[in-house]
Formats: sequence, C-alpha cells, structure tokens
Amino acid sequence: MTASTAPPSASSSGPLLAIRGLSKAFLGVQALDGVDFTLRHGEIHALLGENGAGKSTLIKTLTGVYLRDGGTVALEGREIAPRGVEEAQRLHIGTVYQEVNLLPNLSVAENLFLGRQPMRWGLVDRGAMRRRARAVLQPYGLSIDVTAPLGRFSVATQQIVAIARAVDMSAKVLILDEPTASLDAQEVAVLFKVMRTLRSRGIGIVFVTHFLDQVYEVCDSITVLRNGRLVGERRTADLPRLDLVAMMLGRELEAAAHRIDLGPAEVDSRPPLASFKGFGKSRSVEPFDLDIRPGEVVALAGLLGSGRTETVRLVFGMDRADRGEATVDGQAVRLKGPRDAVRLGFGFCPEDRKKEGIVGELSVRENIILALQARQGWLKPIPRHRQEEIADRFIRLLDIRTPDAERPIQLLSGGNQQKALLARWLATEPRLLILDEPTRGIDVGAHAEIIRLIERLCADGMALLVVSSELEEIVAYSRRVVVLRDRRHVAELRGGEVSVERIVAAIASETPNAIASETPVTAGSGAEVRQ
Amino acid sequence: MTGALQRFLPLIVTTAVLVVGFLICATQFPNFASWRVVANLLTDNAFLGITAVGMTFVILSGGIDLSVGAVIGFTTVLLAVLIEHGGWHPVPAFAVALIAAGGFGAAMGGVIHVFQMPPFIVTLAGMFIARGLGFVLTTDSVPINHPLYGELNDMALRFDFGLKLSLPALLMLGVVVAAVVLAHWTRFGANLYALGGNRQSAELMGVPVGRTTVAVYGLSGLLAGLAGIVFSLYTGAGYSLAATGVELDTITAVVIGGTQLTGGYGYVVGTFVGVLIQGLIQTYITFDGTLSSWWTKIAIGVLLFVFILLQKGLLVVWAGRGGEPAEA
Repeated sequence: MTASTAPPSASSSGPLLAIRGLSKAFLGVQALDGVDFTLRHGEIHALLGENGAGKSTLIKTLTGVYLRDGGTVALEGREIAPRGVEEAQRLHIGTVYQEVNLLPNLSVAENLFLGRQPMRWGLVDRGAMRRRARAVLQPYGLSIDVTAPLGRFSVATQQIVAIARAVDMSAKVLILDEPTASLDAQEVAVLFKVMRTLRSRGIGIVFVTHFLDQVYEVCDSITVLRNGRLVGERRTADLPRLDLVAMMLGRELEAAAHRIDLGPAEVDSRPPLASFKGFGKSRSVEPFDLDIRPGEVVALAGLLGSGRTETVRLVFGMDRADRGEATVDGQAVRLKGPRDAVRLGFGFCPEDRKKEGIVGELSVRENIILALQARQGWLKPIPRHRQEEIADRFIRLLDIRTPDAERPIQLLSGGNQQKALLARWLATEPRLLILDEPTRGIDVGAHAEIIRLIERLCADGMALLVVSSELEEIVAYSRRVVVLRDRRHVAELRGGEVSVERIVAAIASETPNAIASETPVTAGSGAEVRQ
Repeated sequence: MTGALQRFLPLIVTTAVLVVGFLICATQFPNFASWRVVANLLTDNAFLGITAVGMTFVILSGGIDLSVGAVIGFTTVLLAVLIEHGGWHPVPAFAVALIAAGGFGAAMGGVIHVFQMPPFIVTLAGMFIARGLGFVLTTDSVPINHPLYGELNDMALRFDFGLKLSLPALLMLGVVVAAVVLAHWTRFGANLYALGGNRQSAELMGVPVGRTTVAVYGLSGLLAGLAGIVFSLYTGAGYSLAATGVELDTITAVVIGGTQLTGGYGYVVGTFVGVLIQGLIQTYITFDGTLSSWWTKIAIGVLLFVFILLQKGLLVVWAGRGGEPAEA
C-alpha cells in the first residue's frame, strides 16, 4: 500500500483517459474502492491483479456494463458515464474479449459492418461492404476471404477482426481483455504487431493479461490492483519483475513468513504413486514432469492463469493431455476422462465449488456419497443405512456444521460446503486427492481447519496435490512446491527451499529454470511443441 | 471457391433432390413434365410457401413459431365471417386479417423478448389461442361466395411458352423474392442472422434485439395471415380447423431447405425448394393413383431424417477441418 500513485510521466496533451477515485460496490462488497487509472495517447497499459482485484469491474464500468457508484471518468478531459456497450462504443471506447464476441455464422465483412452496413438505395451495398472490409483489414496484414463465415478462421484471426471492428468504429481507447489466453506463440506475435501499430496511431490500449512475459514484451506502463484498490502505477521499464509480483501478491518480501528449517532437501527414494513425464496439452499448459509420492503434499503455486488449474485438470483427466505419458504404480495409464482417474484412486475438489462441485438442491448426504456411488456404478445403489453411516461419519470427522445430513447443501456456509466436497472424495478413500483452491471464499476459522485436515490426511499416507494462491498456506503444509508461470512449470522447490520469498522469486524469474533446483522442468518430449 | 461451395452445399443438395425427383416423376408419368404440373405445384403449395418464408426468418433468428397453422385457420374464419356474415367487401377484410395476424405475431414476439420466455412455449400458447379464437367466431365451415373471390381465382399471368401462373402462385413467388432481398440486402436481415448466431454477441455488437424479435414474429404472423387469405381463395371457405399441422409442414420445408433449427444458418431459397419437394411428393402420389396419400407423410419423414443427418454430418466435417487451424 506504500506504492506511489503518481503518473510516471506527464504527457503534453493530457491523458487520453483519466479515472479518478472510481468506486463500485455489489451488495455491500466493495469491488472497486477509490481506484485511479490513467491511459495516455499511444500507450499500451497493462492492467494487472489477482482474483478479486477488480480488473473486470473496472473494465465493465468503463464499457457501460456497470454504472459506477463514485469517482470520475474523463475521456480527453470530458466527463463520461456510458450506460451500455453501444454508448461506450459511441464514446470511442472499444472492447475485445477473450471469448471473441463476434458472430461465427456471419461473414467477416458482415461482422465488421453489422449495424453500420454501407447502404445504397435503401439496401445494403454488399459490394461496397466487401471492398471496405478488405480495406479495413489490410493494415492488419489480413488478406482473407471476407465473404467466408468468421467461424472458419482461427481464434487469432477472429480476434484481429474484432479489434479491426472496434478500431474502425473510431475507438480511441481499446480494451483487450485477456486476448492472448487461447493463442499460440505465433498468433500472439501477430497480435502484438497489431497492438504496436495501433499504438503508433495514437490509440490507447488497456491490456489485461495473466502472462508476465507479455506484459514486459509489449506494455509501456503497468497498473496493479488488489482487492479493489489501486496498488500503484509504474513504467514497465522501471519495475523489476520481482517488485511487480510482490505488488500483485501484496506482500513486502522482507516480512515474508518464517518457516522452520526442515533441513536440506532430502531426496525421496520411495517410488512415486503417480508420475507424469512430458505431460501437457497445447494451448493449455506446456509439457511438465511431475512425481507425486504417497503421504506427500505437492503444491502448485503461481499467479492466476499461470497454468495451475490446467495442470490439475490434466492430471485428473478432465482435459485430455495431447502429449507425454502418465504412470501410476509404475504402470503406464491413459487418462481419458475423470472416470479413469477415479478408477485409479484419484479425487478432485474443483476451484469453483458452486459450478463444478456441489449439487445445491441435493442433501449433504447425497452430495457426500456422490463420488462413491459413481465409482460403484449407478446400478449398484449404496444402501440407505450405509449412506447415512458414511455421511454421519464425515460430518463428525470434518466437523461439518449442519443440523442434519438431509439438509440441502446450498443452505450451508461456504466453508462447510467445501468440507462436504472434501468428504465426498474422502469417502472414496482416494490415494491421490487434488484440491484446487481449497480455502477460497471460506472464513478464517474454517480455513485453519481445512489446513489441519490436509496435514492429517497426508499423515495417513494419502498423496495431495494442492493448488493455492495463499503462499503462506502452501509454505505451511507443503514439502514440495512446483512454481508455474505463463502456463509453464518453471521451478520445483523442495524441503528447506520452500519459502514465500523463493516462490515469489520463481514466479518473477525472467527465464525458465533460473531459480529451479536440481530438477529443472525440461521440455522432454514436448520440445517440438512450439516453433 | 471451396468456401462458397461449403456454404451452399445444403442448398445445392436440396435443389438436386428436387431436380432428380422431378426427372424420376417425368420418366414414370408421360404427362408429368408439363407447365401445367409446374403451375399446379406452385398454386397448390402457395400458402405453405408463404408461411414457410416467415418460418424461415423466425428459425434463422434462433426461434420457432408454432402458431402459424392456427393463424391461417383463424384468418380464413375471420374472412368468412366478415364477408359472409358481416357483409364486408373482401379488400378491407383482407386488410383487417393481415393487421390482426401481424399484430398477433408481434405480440408473441414482445412476450418472448420482454419475459425472456422460450419461443416454443409462447407460440404454442399462441397456437391454442388462435385456434380457439377461430372456434369462437364460428365452428362451421363457412363458404365464401363473394364475386371478387371468383375474379381473383380467375386471375392469372400467362406466358407465351405455356406457363399460367395463378394469383396464389404469383403471391408466393413475390414473397420469396422480397424475402431474399430482406434477408441479404437489409440491416434487418443481417440482424436476424446475428441474433440466430449468438444472441449475446449480437446484443454486444449493437443489434436491437427487442425490436428485431418483435419484428420477426410480426412478419411471421403477417405472412401466415397472407397465407390464410390465399388458403381461403384456394378453398373458397373459412373453417376453424383449416391448415391443422401446417406449422409442422413449414418447419419441415425449412429444415429440408437447409436451414439449421438452431438458427443463424440457412437461406430463404432453400425453404422454397423444400416446399416444392413436399409438393412434388404429393403430386407423384396423386399421379400414381394407387398409393395411399399417407405415403406422402412417410416419404417426407424419411427425407427430413436424411436431411438432418446430412446437416449434422456437414457440421462434423467442418468442425474437424476448421477446429485447430494452427495445428498444421
């Protein structure tokens, strides 16, 4: 919070976009709290922050999806308050989202000119529309068949068409919301070229991304938000990576948590329970090597979007790896889907428990026995008394606060829902349990309980693979931490090496493997993945 | 141009089926390949074709209109009651019928948009309401004997080479041409395709979703009303049970014509060809004379099934090719 908020340099003609003291609350939750943001002409400005930082609220306020509660937004000195996407567009603010918001069934030309088609004698002049579409795309180096449906082209091309549309509708401010999330390296390069061209034309670009490398490659300045507040604005050139990561994660590095020294990193000679070699999926996560031994907690650390969730989804078979191999107990296995993973004794508590985890209308009991029943097959129902036995045992064991096992789970608090989810997988007696953000959105007391539970579980010989943004937590319970950055496993810390400082340093490291210990993540079979 | 070929493939296949079907009929029945048969094909299916054009627009926009058959029935009854019982001249009766049918459709569109209700349910309710209103007016089949009806039925456009197009046939052809222009040379048409492609994206791109939804159901109602007028000319009567099940025949024509039921893809011309295919099967069975007319339904059912499979197959092939272009 000590970071200065002074703009790095004063532009001669005043800023293009000046946001001052912007506030927005939802049902009492302060999503944005007095945030300043300044965008200059001809600048690419990164807007960064972890989950809940307020990036998307800021963007939605700018594009008229939300109305602000307080503060001012001035475009070229004129106060604006758009009340809809259309109005924002008229005010010269264009937005391109990660999921391209164009129409795949319309032709490229129709997408570019929808709602503003050139007309002649009261009818759409299709010839003129084609010619103008070609002219609009030409500066972007796109010479494609503008009469073909947009859906036939790659996401990258679609994104450039979306940008071309926004810019052609006279955008002065272009907001790119995670445009690179589903692009490969070559496509990203093309997009960056386009962004630089637009910058040279004086357009101000707000660039939201999770990829730090990309921030340093293309951005002039950086604004970091955290928990709805402004952390600071800096010139990219003046901000070392380490400081940036510290700004995003919100900790002073000196004050990082202490940890009992566990001694040198012991080499674990036990055979791994599960082992992944060169495992990966294009456009999802780079190939990685990962061993998990019984009774061990392996944590995946990294910023939002660094590939943590993608990694565990591959391990659990929710996404299919397209390269590399997996072995369990020394046997090569194929993970074609979660069913395979469950059969191998894996369990998975997903990050978004509302969407992927709990079944809100079902009772606590039904939610708990769900995975066990699924593994047995639905043709062999677990007898009711057995179900009640299991549910009651876990309600007691995990101290799930519910009047009884028959209460619909949606009526429970977040922490108790999380524990019921955990119970669902514990009931299947998994050998490897994957927890994605197990402590997110639950209160402090439940937090500590879940951590204690994690420790007890691995004492019993279960292996755990945990994804968490809470570095102190990771340090508290993990002997091994795999650090990810930009969809790549960049370092593995073991035993005594595990500390908040070292995790932060690895996240911020410029080149892969710079901080890595003796097991750098080698590309392995994935060497041919990217040109 | 493989791209253009791909886009028009469903249309090309449908047209090929029509041509092949016609040739088969022509080889089997010596009198088949005549202008007279063509003219009858157009006249007999005019009301279906007019309704199917409206249905095409609705389906393109991602909706469905189950009320059209009932609206046709209601229109014929309304006309009969106004002309025969009320003593109206047919022309103002036509105007009233068109306004009523169009307004009815627009109202359904309004309900669909304002309450965010599924079009299936809203137009299903509309179907019952329109059918019920027809019965409220009269349960009898009322013959229309106004002299203008006779004159209109005698009107025809004769060509030197022997083709004689009746008024219903001309109306249908006019509607099809106007619809093609509307679909591809107006902003309204582009907005329809946009809406069918992805409603949310269309909204973000500034398509007036509410106005377009109301307009497309209004247009469908209006065309159903026009079809009702044509139907009353054709049958010379008004009957509240008229055109039962026509909504399903029109949906069939739209799908056989290559329009996807999920919206966003398809052509009006395809629907026209789909209507003609249905008519052709009917004509074949009439010519044969020994077959039960239910064979029409069976043939159309098989055809519909084949076309849906074809569409599905094409989608799979395209997805396989276009999915990961960078993978090369």
